[in-house]
Parts: sequence; C-alpha cells; structure tokens
Amino acid sequence: MPPWIVIVKYLLLIIALFFFTAGTLGVLRFPDLYSRLHALTKCDNLGLGFVVAAIAIDAADGWLAVKLILLWFLALASSATACYLVARSGLRAGRDPWEKKA
Amino acid sequence: MYLIALLILITLLASLGRMVLGPTRADKLMVTQLFSTCGSAVLLVLSRAMEMDALVDVAILLVLLGAVAMVAFTLADRQDRR
Repeated sequence: MPPWIVIVKYLLLIIALFFFTAGTLGVLRFPDLYSRLHALTKCDNLGLGFVVAAIAIDAADGWLAVKLILLWFLALASSATACYLVARSGLRAGRDPWEKKA
Repeated sequence: MYLIALLILITLLASLGRMVLGPTRADKLMVTQLFSTCGSAVLLVLSRAMEMDALVDVAILLVLLGAVAMVAFTLADRQDRR
C-alpha cells in the first residue's frame, strides 16, 4: 500500500471526527427541537460520509467499497426521512420554533 | 484507528446528555438516530482496524434499525394524540 493512501485515510478520519464533534455539540447546545434535528441529521451524515470514504479507499476489494457507499446512501435516505417525520410530528404537537428574545 | 473509534464513541456518549435532558420524547428519541449514524461509523472504523469485514454488515443493520425506530416512534406519537 503506498504511503499516501494512509495519509489520506487518516486525514479523512480526522475530518469525520470534526463533523461528529460538531453534530454532538449541536445536539447538546441548540435551543429547540428543529435546530437540534438539523445539527443531528446533517453533521453526522457528513461525518459518516468521510468515514465511508476513508474506509473505502483502504478496502481490500472493490465490492466492499461499493457496499460501503450504498450504506452511506441508505443512511442519507433514512436520516432525511426521519428528520422530516420528527419535525412534522413536533410541529403538529404544537412546538413553536425558537426565536431570539428581543 | 482504535483511537479514532474511541473518540467517535466518546462524542456518541456525550450526546446521551440530550437523552437525559431532553424536554420531550422527540428530543430523547432523536438520539437514536445519532446512535445509528455514529455507531455505524465506529463499526466501520473497527472493521478496518480489526480486519473483520462482517462488521460492515452489522453497520448496515444498525442504520436500518435506526430508520425503523424513528418511523415507529412517529406512528406511536400520532396515535397518542388521537
């Protein structure tokens, strides 16, 4: 394995770690349900995408890489659907979006 | 690789704070979605570190279960309001 693959792999993993940390911070710190959903479903899927890229360039055979990319698409579709469902359920339960106090 | 997996796991555990704090059930259940994405990332990193390709299948299962859990929660929530 050429050394640049290892460097790129660790670089991608560190970027993924940054996005996971940002997602967790958003879930912990954001003020209302909708912004927390936003942080959770976007940041974490981007982090998962970087992990998938890092593992796929390191994978032994091509089919494993294809499987990993399909996993990422599955995660994207499922989290987009879950975000929509939870946001709609919150809105129907009468939870108002957060507004900055004047 | 193990260090990266450990750090992702720590961010995952930190987000459990929202499950404790969360004012409504939707906030608490949201962490399930976080578990499916973060958990599958941990499993993918471990599958390379431990040279176990079967862990990729476990990660796929975790993502699928996360989707099913959120849909089931939304349906139950709707029935409660009726």
